[in-house]
Amino acid sequence: MPTLLIPTPLRSFTGGAATFEAPAEDVHGLLVGLATAYPALRPHLFDASGAVRTFLRIYLGDTDIEDLQGAVTALTPDAEVLIVPAIAGGNAQLP
Amino acid sequence: MTTLNAAELERYSRHLILPEVGLEGQTKLKAARVLVIGSGGLGSPLLLYLAAAGVGHIGVVDFDRIEDTNLQRQVLFDSRDIGRPKAEAAAARLRALNPHIHVEPLCERFTSANARALVRSYDLVADGTDNFATRYLVNDACVLEGKPNVYASIYRFEGQVSVFNALLPDGTRGPNYRDLFPSPPPPGLVPSCAEGGVLGVLPGIVGSLQALEVIKILAGIGEPLIGRLYLFNAADFTSRTLRVRPRPDNPLTGTSPTLTELIDYAAFCAGPPERPVRELSPAEYLRWQKEGRPHVLIDVREPQEFATDHLGGTLIPLATVLEKAHTLPRDADVVVHCKGGIRSARAIRDLETVHGFTNLYNLTGGIVAYRALPA
Repeated sequence: MPTLLIPTPLRSFTGGAATFEAPAEDVHGLLVGLATAYPALRPHLFDASGAVRTFLRIYLGDTDIEDLQGAVTALTPDAEVLIVPAIAGGNAQLP
Repeated sequence: MTTLNAAELERYSRHLILPEVGLEGQTKLKAARVLVIGSGGLGSPLLLYLAAAGVGHIGVVDFDRIEDTNLQRQVLFDSRDIGRPKAEAAAARLRALNPHIHVEPLCERFTSANARALVRSYDLVADGTDNFATRYLVNDACVLEGKPNVYASIYRFEGQVSVFNALLPDGTRGPNYRDLFPSPPPPGLVPSCAEGGVLGVLPGIVGSLQALEVIKILAGIGEPLIGRLYLFNAADFTSRTLRVRPRPDNPLTGTSPTLTELIDYAAFCAGPPERPVRELSPAEYLRWQKEGRPHVLIDVREPQEFATDHLGGTLIPLATVLEKAHTLPRDADVVVHCKGGIRSARAIRDLETVHGFTNLYNLTGGIVAYRALPA
């Protein structure tokens, strides 16, 4: 099954899980599967229009899915999809 | 014409015998002017290695003063420096390390008002800042002034390194930060390192990688991380290198640019105004308590924050609040708090939107403001 690698900043919404597997056919299906499994994560993954939020990049292998077919990029059973978040260090947010 | 004196030839001998650096590369390092923004966790190893390597002119921008809690990772400083301005202490340390270089301490904030003039007077910028607003400011100032920006960032066990806006052989510039991340995360999503913690050695590793890229670009050696993002995960010791491409909708460098000058970055990172929540001031909440007004108190911080200090509320970390919504009463007032009032407002918005709650109050300023009430 395709595997999604979850970055540290989002793991507080997945009970600490670092990976997620689902029999998804494309990237969108895998991300929706993740949001369904962890509902608290949904508002942080998708904006109101359903698009992936722009502080997150989604990579299949070493390539941004926007350089492939975007959300409908097809996944092979051994595909590894990576969520890369913007991180800023010390004062990432105001308190 | 920059030349190396006898003492410098001796000091840099291990560079000089490296064919890829040699006298030519070392002379380029001496002639170079590098602006390092932030002298904290990333800036510490970065500055030490740039100074040791013989980068001739180093500007250090930092408005902050050294605190005890910095010393777990900011190896540029020691216990005697507590209370000193970081830029000044950094300059003194670097001059002691290498008397052949010039170090300019800039004890000021890096802002939209001074950014372009500062960046303009250096050849290269290294971004070791600690917040999204300054990262976008550094990026935009570098793009507008045509300077390379060597970027590094950390969070808990993860690090990122890249080289932005580098001059390519064809005269164009490589991708920049806005090609990678068009916008920052909404406030309140990701706890800061101050709240979420950071392993002290991680900025040591990542800041050293940043120094490596600065030196490679200045000396003209190797293949810098242009158009690539390096990811390091210290927890499982994995690393990846991902491709970064220019985005046609980049507001600075895309096909129809809309950003031609610096903007208000605090406002940009605050995002669009969010729906207000019902606020309860700490003084008013204290009155509720004194009057014995019935209510339920919910604390949406992390367990380790709760362990440090709490107000007696029920701990439901923000990430789990939607799953635990069924445990909250709908027929009594519910006061929600966090450290400073941002995460609790997020929790209230999510609970109101998803579960239709109408009885939630946000403790304004969180536990910090409550504890600051006069006794």
